[in-house]
Amino acid sequence: MADRVLMTGNDALGEGAIRAGCDAYFGYPITPQNELTAYMAVNMLRLGRVFIQAESELAAINMVFGAAAAGKRAMTSSSSPGISLKQEGISFIAAAELPAVIVNVQRGGPGLGNIAPAQGDYFQATRGGGHGDYRTIVLAPDSAQEMHDLTFDAFALADRYRSPVIILSDGRLGQMMEPIVLHKGPPPPVPPKPWALTGAKGRPANMIRSLIMEDGALEKHNIHLQAKFKRILKEVVRYEERETADADVLLVAYGTSARIAKGAVIQARSQGIKAGLLRPLTLWPYPHARLRALAPRLKGIVVIEMSAGQMLEDVQLAVGGSVPIAFVGRMGGGVPEERAVLAAIRRFAKPARRRSRP
Amino acid sequence: MSDAPRKAGSRTIRSLYRRPAALKDTPTHYCPGCGHGTVHKLLAEVLDTLGIRERTIGIAPVGCAVRAYYYLNCDISEAAHGRAPAVACAIKRCLPDRIVFSYQGDGDLAAIGMGETIHAANRGENITVVFVNNTVYGMTGGQMAPTTLTGQRTSTTPGGRDAVSTGGPLHICELLNTLDGPWHIERVALDGPAGVRRTRKALTTAFQAQIDGKGYSLIEVLSPCPVHMHLPPVDAMRFVKEQMVASFPVKIFRQEGKRLA
Ligand SMILES: Cc1ncc(C[n+]2csc(CCOP(=O)(O)OP(=O)(O)O)c2C)c(N)n1
Ligand code: SF4
Repeated sequence: MADRVLMTGNDALGEGAIRAGCDAYFGYPITPQNELTAYMAVNMLRLGRVFIQAESELAAINMVFGAAAAGKRAMTSSSSPGISLKQEGISFIAAAELPAVIVNVQRGGPGLGNIAPAQGDYFQATRGGGHGDYRTIVLAPDSAQEMHDLTFDAFALADRYRSPVIILSDGRLGQMMEPIVLHKGPPPPVPPKPWALTGAKGRPANMIRSLIMEDGALEKHNIHLQAKFKRILKEVVRYEERETADADVLLVAYGTSARIAKGAVIQARSQGIKAGLLRPLTLWPYPHARLRALAPRLKGIVVIEMSAGQMLEDVQLAVGGSVPIAFVGRMGGGVPEERAVLAAIRRFAKPARRRSRP
Repeated sequence: MSDAPRKAGSRTIRSLYRRPAALKDTPTHYCPGCGHGTVHKLLAEVLDTLGIRERTIGIAPVGCAVRAYYYLNCDISEAAHGRAPAVACAIKRCLPDRIVFSYQGDGDLAAIGMGETIHAANRGENITVVFVNNTVYGMTGGQMAPTTLTGQRTSTTPGGRDAVSTGGPLHICELLNTLDGPWHIERVALDGPAGVRRTRKALTTAFQAQIDGKGYSLIEVLSPCPVHMHLPPVDAMRFVKEQMVASFPVKIFRQEGKRLA
């Protein structure tokens, strides 16, 4: 395969997983992520790796559980309704501290919703999603290139923290074709997994469990998990900044919304408005601290999402009441328009007055 | 414990029975007369006899046997309620030279996990399913299970199971035998010493089939749950022998991939 190729985001992610050493993939059909499952069917089998079209998302996520328990790099992908079904399994994976990658190519909701791109699963992804006190690392690509690259990071992070990692994409990123540069290096190194179930040859039997009934033991396990989550908060935050150094108005957006925001920053700057962008690449852990640091010099913040305002709450949490926040959101498959973003920006900063024509 | 004959006075004492290496020395948490303990012991014996303990990976169910790892001395994982076959299939596909079994109750296997059960069987996955049918949800307090007998009282069928509103007992072996995937399907009953021996033999057949790469096997074990059958242990065993076997015939349904019934 050439180094630079034209690929849909879904295919780019699949190729990323393969090059990152994904040993086992389990999927179930749902639009708009079907290309990814089809890509894995062709290429995992070609490479002699494990591919199963599961009987449901419940089965698929529990197959991921099994493959991860066996010490393998495992992945599943789905879209919003299917991700809802996976939540029990994700909670079990987090509880048992298994490394796994879960891809959500989001579509419109709630319910069956539609198959258009959306960002309505932010709360579900960043707040744990399933039952119990846990978090998952959430990565947010905004291009086919990042669908490819972040998949590498997802497997590395999953192994490093023995944690489920969610790649939160959307139908637009998944279906859009873009030129990408393929990863050429080796897969991220696989750490030793002495806990894996491989047969108790020459060692005491291993067990993987999340039922912890001994007196006080479950609280202890939770304290251990929380300590890990604190470490992740310190070590994993990632974001992209554009033109923030002198910005009066800061746009905050991720994924497809960030693509709109990038256009709006260029437009605003061309009109003499000092706009900038903070784009979180990790939605959990969220770059609260960076936002807080940028806040004092801002006249306003514009949050852009394909939802009713979910990431908005993280922005509010970061800046408190210190900066006014405007929200531009579309739901049910709508994509915010650059015009609407520019109008929101103008609430905080007026364009430089045009010089009168000679 | 040493296996060597010991001299006691003038006689030689030979140990005729020992705890299998695959069974840990743990006091049981199962109720008196519960079938799970017997099945665990038989499983351990089979793992020993076939010499596969060190390459076996078990999946414990959500149910009374969830803590199978307290007893069985092999690698074991829990699974979410009903999902043991999915977990087992993935492990087997990832590690094809290991021996993988799921251990499941009737609520786990035949109600919430029916989808995984059928599809693992239909794909002919090279795993062994140990299905303990005790006609009730043991762990949660004796509710109706898919296998509860018609007329049987449980905490959710206080007047006895009524086929009109709750359906009749679900026959898993018969159901799976309609599929082409399975290699071996057999039902046995813990209804006395002969039944126990037959169960050991069935488990041996199933694990041997997996070792030989033949494919999917399921052994259904009719098993007493004295507590929720509301019977003393001996009567619970009689309930298995008389009531359960009448509804769930004990036989080999599928042998070497061929339908016998
Ligand atoms: C998703 C989910 N639903 C319900 C339960 C509660 N639950 C625990 S064990 C069990 C049923 C066990 O019955 P069975 O499978 O027949 O096994 P037994 O206890 O009789 O051996 C249920 C419903 C659960 N743990 N998870
Ligand atoms: S409730 Fe029934 S199945 Fe559970 S341990 Fe007691 S006897 Fe066994």
